[in-house]
Amino acid sequence: MKTMLQRNIRDRIMESLLVLSTIIVLLPLVIIIAHVIIHGIGAISWDFFTQELGSPSRAMQGRPTGLIHTILGTLVVDSVALIIAIPIGLGAGIMLSEYPDHKLNPLLRIMNDTLNGMPAILKGLLAFVLIVKPMGTFSGLAGGVALSFVMLPIVARTTESALMSIPWSIREAGLAIGLPRWRVVLSAVMPAAKFGLVTGILIAFARAAGEAAPLLFTSFGNNYLPNHWLGMLLGPTDTLPQRLYSLAISPYTHWHDMGWAAAIVLLVFVILCFATARFLTRQKF
Amino acid sequence: MNIEHSKARKTAKTIRKLLRNPSAIYRRPGDIAFTTVVIGLGISIIALAIGMAFVLLDEGSLALREFGFFGFLFGTMWDPAVHLSFGALPFFFGTIVTSFAALLISFFPALAVGIFTAEYAPPWLANIIDNLVQLIAAIPSVVIGIWGIFVLAPWMRDTVYLPVFEWAEQHHEWLLPILGNPMGYGIATATIVLALMIVPYTTALTKDAIRSVPREQREAGQALGATRWEVIRMAVLPYARGGILAGAILSLGRAIGETMAVAMLIGNKNNLPFSVFGAGATMPSVIVNEFREAVENLHLSSLMAIGFVLFLLALVVNLLAAYLTRKFSVKGGQTI
Repeated sequence: MKTMLQRNIRDRIMESLLVLSTIIVLLPLVIIIAHVIIHGIGAISWDFFTQELGSPSRAMQGRPTGLIHTILGTLVVDSVALIIAIPIGLGAGIMLSEYPDHKLNPLLRIMNDTLNGMPAILKGLLAFVLIVKPMGTFSGLAGGVALSFVMLPIVARTTESALMSIPWSIREAGLAIGLPRWRVVLSAVMPAAKFGLVTGILIAFARAAGEAAPLLFTSFGNNYLPNHWLGMLLGPTDTLPQRLYSLAISPYTHWHDMGWAAAIVLLVFVILCFATARFLTRQKF
Repeated sequence: MNIEHSKARKTAKTIRKLLRNPSAIYRRPGDIAFTTVVIGLGISIIALAIGMAFVLLDEGSLALREFGFFGFLFGTMWDPAVHLSFGALPFFFGTIVTSFAALLISFFPALAVGIFTAEYAPPWLANIIDNLVQLIAAIPSVVIGIWGIFVLAPWMRDTVYLPVFEWAEQHHEWLLPILGNPMGYGIATATIVLALMIVPYTTALTKDAIRSVPREQREAGQALGATRWEVIRMAVLPYARGGILAGAILSLGRAIGETMAVAMLIGNKNNLPFSVFGAGATMPSVIVNEFREAVENLHLSSLMAIGFVLFLLALVVNLLAAYLTRKFSVKGGQTI
């Protein structure tokens, strides 16, 4: 029989172990963010946001280089992804929550979860086969489609839970004053759930904006700004995560520094989305 | 006034009509259009998930026909240059080994964070820790990758791999082939980074599962004079084990599919045997590394076939996690 003292000591030891584990888990996060800032801050300059990358010799000869084409390309590709993912994701979410007795719903839920659990790289392969092969060229459009595959299941799932959290009495009130069902959904339920919906889209966006794997075979990458403004949509386009990967595995130290700077931009971007999403969910309660 | 009156009469008429035939409310043109669009969008997600399997199988069929499904899966040679012979076993093995090792390393720390936030920490602290842990999942894989290349891998080589290697060289020479080349980029480094990246998934589901344990369960333990840890150990954890297990499986699924950080750190070696410190490869990493350079049709098709194998593996793990979450009725931990 253990004495009370032994049991209390054991209790204290376990508590310290839990605290220690928590610190061990969170420490790398702090270290990573600190290293990214320390290494990257030096390469962030006016040129970084206004010049295109060009060939490696451009950086080695000290001529101005930057990632303007990457930042613009990211905006184009991410916009395409949002334009595709928001309507489809919202539609599927509405189907799951507003028509709960529909026969296809169990299947849709399983398929949506399956799609969500699939590695992003497979979504890149899918977009490669569906868009790049028929078009015959890598393009920002294909990159956007690939990212939309990443966003879709997240938007659908968060939309479902956001709409489900709205009490049925609101729908009944709408139907009681004679609104058709589609008006009830669009004018009563969705406005009431708007914080939840925006949060879901932000979470999906933050997740997709950091993905590089699906972009490698779809938008491919490009060291220069395109000649024509449609070039980003229809030709190979640079995006931040994919450029960061290319810079990091390149043999040029100057490019490594730019990679760290790209990491800062990406990190700030993702953390902003994340913080806004967290802030909005808190507003709800 | 007059307008109001006619409006009211119109509404009354509509209501009377609806009362006579309640299902009419679903048969208005607007509703028909809306339901059609919504269901169409829902079906497109179903089509996408099924389409993914078919597309990968179809694109990989050239390789799968050439070597046979099991011949491809258990083939150990990956030679895109000379023999044009492709087998997936090195990558399948690499994925399994790194994922399970990462789960093994991360499981107890992740569990501890879940227990600490749910049971010990005051709400404000629990909230901060929770946000930070979710932030780990939000950091893009490539950012962790660049940190791994320039900071973690050199540091691990100098402080861990080289000393261990030198010690083995002097005292236990038989260990050397198992340890492998301590250059820093290899299975061990990739596994450590993977372990960090999957912590949030185990933690989120553990926390949800522990929070859903009824209070009576704890009170019964406390009434018997159990210490705080004894209550957790004997009353809370057994009750929450389903959710914890589901979280672990979900983490495993994430580890299997994690691509960029692993591709940047694993060193890329396409044939067995792998060693602890030495280079290796996983299914996602070989696709990333070779897809852009693949010229031969058979090479491209083999990479697609690896994608198909990866699809099957991810499917099994995800369905298992879904089954466990449903069976133990824990809420799916929504992580970013």
